[in-house]
Order: sequence, then structure tokens, then C-alpha cells
Amino acid sequence: MLKIKNLHASIDDNGVLKSILKGINLEIKAGEVHAIMGPNGSGKSTLASVVAGKEEFEVTKGTVLFNDEDIEDLAAEERAHKGIFLSFQYPVEIPGVSVTNFMKTAINETRKAKGLEEMPAKEMLKLIREKSELLEIDRKFLSRSLNEGFSGGEKKRNEIFQMAMLEPKLAILDETDSGLDIDALRIVANGVNKLKSKDNAVLVITHYQRLLEYIVPDFVHVLLDGRIVKSGGKELAHELEEKGYDWIKEEVNA
Amino acid sequence: MDLKEKLLSSFLVFENQLEDDAYMNDVRNDAITAFEEKGFPTKKEEAWKYTSLNSVLKEDYSIFPKQENAIEFNDIKKYFIHDIDSYKIVFIDGKYSSHLSQTTHDGMDICLMSAAMSKPKYRLHIENYFNKVATKDSLPSLNTAFSSEGAYIHIPKNKMVAKPIQILHFSTGNESAIMLQPRNLIVIDENSHVQIIERHQSLSNNAVLTNSVTEIFANKRAIVDYYKIQNDNLNASLIDNTFINQKRESVASVHTFAFGGKLVRNNLNFYQNGERIDSTLKGITIIGDKQHVDHNTLVHHIEPNCESHQDYKGIFGENSTGVFNGKIIVNKEAQKTNAFQANNNILVSDKATINTKPQLEIFADDVKCSHGCTIGQLDETAMFYMRTRGIPEKEAKALLMYAFSNNVLSSVKIPEIKQRITKIIANKLGVNMGFDL
Ligand SMILES: Nc1ncnc2c1ncn2[C@@H]1O[C@H](COP(=O)(O)OP(=O)(O)OP(=O)(O)O)[C@@H](O)[C@H]1O
Ligand SMILES: [Mg+2]
Repeated sequence: MLKIKNLHASIDDNGVLKSILKGINLEIKAGEVHAIMGPNGSGKSTLASVVAGKEEFEVTKGTVLFNDEDIEDLAAEERAHKGIFLSFQYPVEIPGVSVTNFMKTAINETRKAKGLEEMPAKEMLKLIREKSELLEIDRKFLSRSLNEGFSGGEKKRNEIFQMAMLEPKLAILDETDSGLDIDALRIVANGVNKLKSKDNAVLVITHYQRLLEYIVPDFVHVLLDGRIVKSGGKELAHELEEKGYDWIKEEVNA
Repeated sequence: MDLKEKLLSSFLVFENQLEDDAYMNDVRNDAITAFEEKGFPTKKEEAWKYTSLNSVLKEDYSIFPKQENAIEFNDIKKYFIHDIDSYKIVFIDGKYSSHLSQTTHDGMDICLMSAAMSKPKYRLHIENYFNKVATKDSLPSLNTAFSSEGAYIHIPKNKMVAKPIQILHFSTGNESAIMLQPRNLIVIDENSHVQIIERHQSLSNNAVLTNSVTEIFANKRAIVDYYKIQNDNLNASLIDNTFINQKRESVASVHTFAFGGKLVRNNLNFYQNGERIDSTLKGITIIGDKQHVDHNTLVHHIEPNCESHQDYKGIFGENSTGVFNGKIIVNKEAQKTNAFQANNNILVSDKATINTKPQLEIFADDVKCSHGCTIGQLDETAMFYMRTRGIPEKEAKALLMYAFSNNVLSSVKIPEIKQRITKIIANKLGVNMGFDL
């Protein structure tokens, strides 16, 4: 589904081109769950943003294929229409736009891009009700301005609600677990698992093994200074949590 | 001949046609003298520093239309808020159009200035109110000198006017360039409530300059909601001079939806002559091209325990320019005043400019006064966030801008106006909003 080959990406940091991703290789197939772990600043969110189409990052080398199509020239919204979803590490507040109106717009724009009619209001309401129940989101919440004044945990839960509404093919969850208490974590993980199927895939970015107890990965990758330096099964996550990253750094330097 | 000279000589002609009315003639003569002395304002004056009238004054305007023009309702229906039942006072090239209007004398007067000026039964009222709150500045004076037509509204006490009143001024373009000077007088007596919608609309590409004066008297406990919809052609310029005199416990609000014309200057003045008065001034400005919109507000707090709320949002694209100059005066006696002012702007083009300036003159010591102005760009992170949800760039921009101006719309009490303004905003931003508001 997603094939990343030798991906290099930089950002203009006050006039200086700063290289962040330095040759990423990653393949995610339909039906799989992958996890990426790595120290702060290693480039995890950057990788997620580049895949989602953030234009501030310049891809200097390599390719990103989504269902065998090179998506380099696609805008973020076009990638979304093709089924890529990013749950933000830091969801953005949009004052003045309610959660409901935001979702209506997102769904109808996606349908429009696919040549479909707008979703009938009744159907939309039903979908919203169903998905908000799945994530145990209070209905009152939906009429509030998107993310404005939401607690950290509420924001994350709202991200997964959006994911549930949009039913993406590839969901990238960037530290969705941070800020969630144990009950919320279970609800969010449960939501993600309900949406899992053999036709879609999930990429989880996290620092903790905790979430991976619920969303069990098929592969765990370690991102260090812009490169994936080690991959393994779910037991690698345990090892990282116990031992930290130094032993991997040593392995890399050796 | 420049416009000033043309106006001065036209006044002599105008004066000769007037009926013998010593009172009004004195008022007019004083006014033309004031205009003659002051002339049109120039950028040298502090209040006009960022707005030059030069490009507007150079046209060769007809001061009086040569003929009476008629238009069909169907051709102009879209300029009304037509899905509500309302009183209508309609002018075409400055002349009253009875067949497009719907006025009343039933328990209240919703009619014409020309009638009020000429009929004896209105005389006392005219002498009590006409030109009593308008300032003697050059443009209001010019209007006073030529004043002959406009809306005259008098609501006696304890009346809820059930239907909003729409005042519409059309210019047909049958003259190559025309100058219009409508004059409105609105008196709302004790404990009465009225809603008014005003619009100026050019129907062709010929130049129009409107120098309008509206005097509003909100007497004790009166409630006045006034909506100005400005969305004119690029050949049409408007100088709107509105003066509101409030008596104790009255509540007055003016919403100005400024989608521009060529040049628009809104001189909006509130005078709080009594205790426990509430004044609201709100505006949304969305312009592009080379449009210019200038909001020049004054709230004069004269007595204690009053409030004023100002909230102006502006979105400026292409080569447009905006000005916000908000003055608040709090007299020494006006203790416990609460005065708020906010002016927030987004520049969507690097060629657009906004000049924003609060002016506070506070002479009382026990007051709450807050003001703030911001100028920013659209939030890139928010844009990216929305786009990852499948909302295209243009729609994402529109949604952000709509959200930005939403605050101002939330205080609009007539849903049909809200819908109309939302439509205009969507139209301006070139999108179809995918949800109901
Ligand atoms: N807009 C930017 N301008 C300059 N530097 C940036 C920008 N965005 C990211 N970086 C830098 O790129 C590097 C990688 O950042 P990134 O956010 O991808 O890290 P991360 O692995 O997600 O870290 P964390 O675990 O803290 O979330 C960091 O050094 C960061 O400072
Ligand atoms: Mg990160």
C-alpha cells in the first residue's frame, strides 16, 4: 500500500536547508500494523507530515508510492481523498468551525473529489452518531469549535473520531496515545481496532509500548536521526522501552 | 470646474427651486457656508490620513438627475432581503419610487424625508431633530445643504415594529456619473424597537458617489438594530455619515458588512447622552481588487454606567486597502464606563494593506477600557490540518475566513440577513459552503 524508497527531506530553517529525513525505506502492506519509535527529534513527525503532503518539507531524493502511484505532486487534500489520514501529534484549534461542520465539509469535499453527490443530511447525522458513540464522545462536544479549549486527551480522541468518520486506507497515528488516560487509551485503541481490516493499514508513532498492547503491531521500526536503523517484531518495542535507544545507537555506530 | 465649485454653483440653482421655508433655508445656508470654508477633506487631516478622495472627486458628476428613472422589481429583487416581510423605502437616482416602496402612517411614520420637510404636521419634529446630531464637518454639511430626500422614520413610544424596514438606494447609470446625497432621519421614542437594513446599489458601471447622512435618535429605552450592507460595483463610492444620539437605557447596534465598492468611508458616531446605555458597533470587511474601505468610528461616553462594544474584522486581498480608526472618548463624568474595542485583520495578499489605529481619550478614572488590534496571515498549520482532512485549499481558506468573521455574524438578530451575508462571503471567497449556518 505504502512504499517509501530512499526518502530524503529537508526544511528551510531561516534560509538554511536543514536535512531531516536521510534515506527512509519502509513498506507497509494492506492489513498490516507498523509502529515507529525513536527519540525526540529523530524525524518521526516529519515522516508523517511528508507522507500526508506538507509542502514546507522539500523532498530532495527518493519516492513515496501509495498503491503504486507516485504521490509526490499530490496536494495534501488529494492524498486525503486517496485514503491517507494523519492523526496529528498536536491537533490544531480552529475557532468558529464546529466539529460537526468541519466533518460535514471534509466528507462532502472528499465525496465531491470522487464525483459523488453530497451525503444526505440524515445519513450524515446517522454516521456522526454512530462514530461518536464508538469513541464515547458526548454529543454536546460536536457543536463546539474544533479543538478549541479541548483537553489534550479530548483532542486525541477527536482525531480518532475524524478518522472513524473518514475511513482511510492508511492511518498514521502520531503520538495519539500521549495525553490519554488509561480509559481513553482503551477507547481510542478499540476505535482503531474496530476499523482495522485486511484492506487498510495503520502506522503508529509512539514512545510507549502501552498503546501497542492494544494495537498490536506486526512490525516495529526504530527511527534515529532521519533513518530507520532497526526493524523487528512487537518484542522490539518492549526492548526499547526497557533499554532506551543507546544500545541501538552503539549498534549503528559499530 | 472642480467638484467643489460645481456643487457651490449648483446650490444656487437648488436654492431657487426651494419653497419659502426660512427655517430650512437657514440650516442649508449655514451648511453650504461650512462646506465652502472647509472643502473636501484631504489627507492632511488626521482623520483622513489614509483615505484620499482624489480618485473619486475627479469625475464629472451630475448633481441632479436629468430625468426620472424607473426600474422593475424583478431586476432588483436580489438586492432586497426578499424572503422576509418588510417595509421598504426605495430611491432611484435619489428620487423616491412609490411603486417599489411599502411605507406606512399607521400609528407610526415610515415614509419620506421630502414629505416630513414640507408638511406642517412634521414641522416640530424636524425642528427638534433635523441636523441636531450630525456634525458640522464638511461632508455632513454638504449633505445638509442639499438634503431633500431620504427616509423619515418616527416610531412613537411603546411600539415593537414587527417588520424590518429596508432602505434601498439604487442608481441606474442613466447619467454618465451621478452624485447622490440621501438624508435619513430616524427617531425611535421611548421603549420602542426597530430593525433597519440599508443598502446602496449601483446598477451600471457608470460612476456613482454617494454622500449619505443618517441621524438616529434612540430615546429612553429604545432599541435600534441597524444593518448596513455594502456590496457595490467597482465604480461606486460611498461616504456614509451616521450619527446616533442615545438616551438613557437605550440599546443601539450597527452592523456594517463592508464588501466595498470602489471607495467606502464609514463615519459612524455614537453619542451616549444618558446612563446605562449600550452601544454596539460591529463590522465585517472583505475586499479585494483595488477596493478601499475605511471605518472611522467614534463612541462618546458622556454619562456614567454605559457600555460600548466594537468588533471589526477585516480580510484584505489583492491590492485592497483598509483603514480602521476607532476613537473612544470617556468624559470625566462618565464613571464606570465599559468600553471594548477589537479590530482583527487578515491580509491574504502581500500587496494588501491595513492601517489600524485606536484612539482613546479617557478623562474618567473608574472605567474599564480594552482595545486590541491584530494583523495576521492565514494560519498555515490550520490550513494543512484541514487539507489533510480532504478539504481543498480554497475551501479551507474560505472556512478559516468565515470562522474568523463568525463572531460578528453571531450577533445579527435577523436570520435572513445572516444567511445573506454568509452567501455573500462564500461568493466573495469563491466557494460553496458545504453546510447550513
Ligand atoms: N518547521 C521546522 N523548522 C525547522 N526545523 C524543524 C521543523 N520541523 C521539524 N524540524 C526539526 O526536525 C527534526 C525532527 O523533528 P520531528 O518533529 O520530525 O521529530 P519527532 O521525531 O517527531 O520528535 P518528537 O518525538 O519530539 O515528536 C527536529 O530537529 C526538529 O527541530
Ligand atoms: Mg513528533
